[in-house]
Amino acid sequence: MKQENIPQDPSALDKFTKEVCYAVDSSGNYVTELSRGWEVKATALDVAWQDIEERIAAARQRVLNREVSPLQFFMELRLMDTGIVSAYTGFWKWQIKRHLKPAVFDKLSEKKLQQYATAFNVSVTELKTMEVHEG
Amino acid sequence: MKVNFEHLQAAHCENGVTTNLLKTMGIRSMTEPMVFGIGSGLFFIYIPLLKINNGPAIAFRTQPGLIFNRTCKSLGIPVIRKKFSSKPEAEKFLMECLEQGRPVGCQVGVYYLSYFPKEYRFHFNAHNLIVYGREGDNFLVSDPVMEHVTTLTAYELERVRFAKGALAPRGQIYYPKEQRAITDDQVRKAIVTGVKRNVRDMLYIPGGFAGVSGIAYTGKKIKKWRDKLGLHKAGLYLAQLVRMQEEIGTGGGGFRYIYGAFLQQAHAFHPNDALLDISKTFTQAGDLWRTAAVQAAGIYKGRISSQEDFNTMGDYLLEISSIEKKAFQALSKIKWHS
Repeated sequence: MKQENIPQDPSALDKFTKEVCYAVDSSGNYVTELSRGWEVKATALDVAWQDIEERIAAARQRVLNREVSPLQFFMELRLMDTGIVSAYTGFWKWQIKRHLKPAVFDKLSEKKLQQYATAFNVSVTELKTMEVHEG
Repeated sequence: MKVNFEHLQAAHCENGVTTNLLKTMGIRSMTEPMVFGIGSGLFFIYIPLLKINNGPAIAFRTQPGLIFNRTCKSLGIPVIRKKFSSKPEAEKFLMECLEQGRPVGCQVGVYYLSYFPKEYRFHFNAHNLIVYGREGDNFLVSDPVMEHVTTLTAYELERVRFAKGALAPRGQIYYPKEQRAITDDQVRKAIVTGVKRNVRDMLYIPGGFAGVSGIAYTGKKIKKWRDKLGLHKAGLYLAQLVRMQEEIGTGGGGFRYIYGAFLQQAHAFHPNDALLDISKTFTQAGDLWRTAAVQAAGIYKGRISSQEDFNTMGDYLLEISSIEKKAFQALSKIKWHS
């Protein structure tokens, strides 16, 4: 990439930082320059987040249909898979898979619900209702 | 309390932490590209079956932690690296380092990294930053990918140091143990070691899904994505490939440009003009990675969608594979005089 071709497109980084790019100057030597971003990768990130939003919406609907427990919704919301939830809560993966069933989730003790709520950074009420008030 | 430290922005976090910690020790010949090359940072791997954020697991660089360890080892600098099971212990150890006037590298997760834009905060646990002081409840943080220094509260720092999941940092802290004078001769030798190890990783790694053959493997896979995954999911997969390739920290072109810069800087220590030619080949590879990214973007934006477009995409990777193979073969044939 030539130095003058370093893209300077708007991106999610705009209010935070610019990033260092490596490129060659007119005499072929490598130099660094700051870049605002590149449209191609900004779109890649948008596409990823669009997918996440769709997953969250789909999970919410499945919870309302009582196909899965609210855990599914929060796992999508917090970008966590069972491995990550297991690491934050201390539950085994097979336990989490069980708790994903609405009937099992309904009978969980307050203590266990609190473990999930802490991992998802919400209150137990929010955990049950999926109504999250982010500060 | 603040230790003597100068923040320098880098493209990649671990390169930056390594460069800045060595600079603090007075080793000024180590630039980001030098650290990346000596640490044999260039890589490619596509791990089949493993999914990250519901997409393919692809990396353009070597395993986290290796760049720092290898660079220090090549230069004969002993490394201290510690993990903790207890959070208070981890903070106590960090404070002791700072009290000794020592800036330290920390491995952290980015999901709770408050100064990062929300869009970038995934559960990725191999980010690196330097802590260089504490003022009240705030730790002074030099994150090499950020333009300026920043701060994290004690709680925020603890939370990112003890992020959970794959590659969990477990409070990991590291630094060069003691000051050593580095001779040009050591740097020359370190360059040779770094290049040879990178040749080995890219050309001879077994398995078929890493190194230059991994790039070709991915190219062939991509051609099948449209039929196998459907257009929507194939687009998401391609977006993930581009994110890994161009994400903040790669310097562009999936680290290929940084490697090109390394070979130019290595030329100052090994005046063999072949290095400059091979540097150009890496520039060419980086350019082609970016051309491929533009093609991928056409697909995930929905502008192009035919099988022919996927074939073109896959063919770019096959071509990149052969360019990088040629470059590393040329590197393996260099006669080093040291």
